[in-house]
Amino acid sequence: MSEKIVVAMSGGVDSSTAAALLQAQGYDVIGLSMQLWDYTRTESAAGQPREGQPNSGTCCSIDDIYDARRVARFLNVPFYVANFEKAFEQEVVAPFVESYLAGETPIPCVRCNTFLKFDYLLNRAAQIGAAKLATGHYAKVRFNETTRRYELLRGADATKDQSYFLFEMTQAQLRRVIFPLGGFPKSQVRAMAARYGLPVFEKPDSQEICFIPSKNYSAFVESYVAKSEPMSSEGSASALPEAAQAPSTGPASPHRKSTLRSGEIVSSEGAVLGKHGGIHQFTVGQRKGLGVAVGEPLYVIQTDAATNRVVVGRSEELMKRALIAHKLNWISIERLTQPIRVKAQIRNRHEAAAATVRDSADGCVEVCFDEPQRAVTPGQAVVFYDDEVVVGGGWIRRGL
Amino acid sequence: MRRIYLDNNATTRVAPEVLEAMLPCYRDAYGNASSVHAFGQEAKGLLDTARQRVANFVNAEPNEIVFTSGGTESDNLAIRGVVEASARPRKHIITTRVEHHAVLHTCEALQKTGVDVTYLPVDSEGLVNPEDVRKAIDQETILISVMHSNNEIGTAQPLREIGQIALEHDVYFHTDAVQAAGKVRLDVDEWEADLLSIAGHKFHAPKGVGALYVRKGTRLRPLCFGGAHERNRRAGTENVPQIAGLGAAADLAVSELEKRSQTIAELRDYFENEVFRRVPEVALNGSRASRLPNTSNLRFERADSEALVINLDLEGVACSTGSACASGSIEPSHVLLALGLPIEQAFSSVRFSLSRYTTREEIDTVLEILPGVVSRCRQATPVGARLHART
Repeated sequence: MSEKIVVAMSGGVDSSTAAALLQAQGYDVIGLSMQLWDYTRTESAAGQPREGQPNSGTCCSIDDIYDARRVARFLNVPFYVANFEKAFEQEVVAPFVESYLAGETPIPCVRCNTFLKFDYLLNRAAQIGAAKLATGHYAKVRFNETTRRYELLRGADATKDQSYFLFEMTQAQLRRVIFPLGGFPKSQVRAMAARYGLPVFEKPDSQEICFIPSKNYSAFVESYVAKSEPMSSEGSASALPEAAQAPSTGPASPHRKSTLRSGEIVSSEGAVLGKHGGIHQFTVGQRKGLGVAVGEPLYVIQTDAATNRVVVGRSEELMKRALIAHKLNWISIERLTQPIRVKAQIRNRHEAAAATVRDSADGCVEVCFDEPQRAVTPGQAVVFYDDEVVVGGGWIRRGL
Repeated sequence: MRRIYLDNNATTRVAPEVLEAMLPCYRDAYGNASSVHAFGQEAKGLLDTARQRVANFVNAEPNEIVFTSGGTESDNLAIRGVVEASARPRKHIITTRVEHHAVLHTCEALQKTGVDVTYLPVDSEGLVNPEDVRKAIDQETILISVMHSNNEIGTAQPLREIGQIALEHDVYFHTDAVQAAGKVRLDVDEWEADLLSIAGHKFHAPKGVGALYVRKGTRLRPLCFGGAHERNRRAGTENVPQIAGLGAAADLAVSELEKRSQTIAELRDYFENEVFRRVPEVALNGSRASRLPNTSNLRFERADSEALVINLDLEGVACSTGSACASGSIEPSHVLLALGLPIEQAFSSVRFSLSRYTTREEIDTVLEILPGVVSRCRQATPVGARLHART
């Protein structure tokens, strides 16, 4: 009997093609879709796309489960839906909102990979008797015979590479996953999809955060907090997950109240330049929407949850020589034993820059760039590469 | 792959006899049953026959049968119909925690409009204590709604006692007999029921047709208006072909019920005993003594029920984690929780439900497949229980 494999099918071109490819290779494919979010929940705030930002190609809406089912029927493979709404809210959505409220700019996709796809879904695959789980990610996995470690590598298509979002994967996870598209350029994947006759071959790529199809993140955060706030039980910043689960009455979190409150926009020298409507509306490097004019272009250089201030400055003030990262995960090495030279990538579409990574206090690392880098943003990941190989990564705490 | 269907509490296969009864309604007798002409009269005749058959099925008079679109509509019509027809300023309903969502969600919706609802607990086998019903009755109580048998675990309630209590207190008594119909004898008089819901597709009629028994003189406000159909209880052109199917299925059930129940119960008991013998750490959910003949809800300790259902499906065996209406839901079964099961046990329970088409050979095949599947599922961490453990 051929080997059973579970394919995480999102209904998009990539995972559909991955399923078709594996089937063609002789695997016994089983499709699983994750149902992650009830889109009616934040309808009012986030359901309407902002002007100029068409609502197209998100990654896991209800429509996409429909598409995934359609593809599974087309391929004639068994297909099931795993309802992980609760886990998604706890592991991804609530931390996403908390991160914004703490003055960061989060990337929920990493946590979704870490906790949903390669934990809950991988586990479901094991229960079904499949030794491996395949996804449509553009990344590669290989086993290094010398180090005896599984390695994560960039996908062949540099414009689609998703290794940045996968940096938290463990050895146990890497051992059990297959990325069938890792060696192909996107154009070829689309061509294969067309050749297989997949009903979704012309579907646009997903780009934005799947649970905020409107791309209006600040409206989402406001709506989520407004809905959770009256139910939160403790005045702590971490009350969100519980609040969303088990309604109870109690005082609202002062931390969150203040974060959604308007505050001052100040210069890096501390001069008050204007007012803002809540720091969650801002991200480091942002230029538009500040509403202050001082004769030269100003950029957000910091959002400070403690003082509820947005600090703005000149373009060159965005440049940072170094950063501190925490919550590290190492892939090609077991741990950091000495300073290492890497290419460090601080955003999904950032061109990795030469840097040295060394241990810092409290389990953090300090990343020193050879050349200053623009808009080092707390809440984003910094991922270290040795050529194409992911050495490891962590979460940016602050720029230096 | 040969597929074995053990999910008959979700829905059943249409019996060939039923299909035969329906086809002429599509081909020839396509008239509107309200029309004066011969076409209409022919349709009306089919409708009358079906009504008589369904009346026999529940031991009622034909003019006490209202055809509906199914169990959910019947439950809605019964409960909302009674509440809306009552002129009292305060209204109170008594029901149970293990009802189908068609009843529970209707009651919850009525609560939002100011109706008081008491949800009675059940014991560890899923049985309601009739004394609890008596104690819950107050001056404002207008309706008691207790299901005949539970869709998930099959537990059959003491309807005769509850019906007597309702009668003594002059309170309307509704029973959702959707899951019982076609499996055990239905008798509205024995239970003193004023309202009783059935759905065709649970006993080999097609989906989309059901009936509500409404005892003569019961005050009931219709849900939809637009015609004098069904004695002003339910407006809308009668769905003659499906109603004819419902009638045929009712007739088929009446003619073979005793034998059908006995055969299925023997097969179910054989299945259960063999599972207990072949698979370690399995327990029965529900009542062994007071139970539908076709239902077996089993708890496989430390196995994830979603995974069990998927694994069995991959091997060609269809069963479910509980109510089909709730599957895909992340919430544990409200029925199993009402029995007092902890969440992880609720998430390790699977329902097998048999029908007149289930064979001994099929059961033997399932018994061969099941032990391996359970052991595989036990090797991986249950997902559902894990989710809830984190909250």
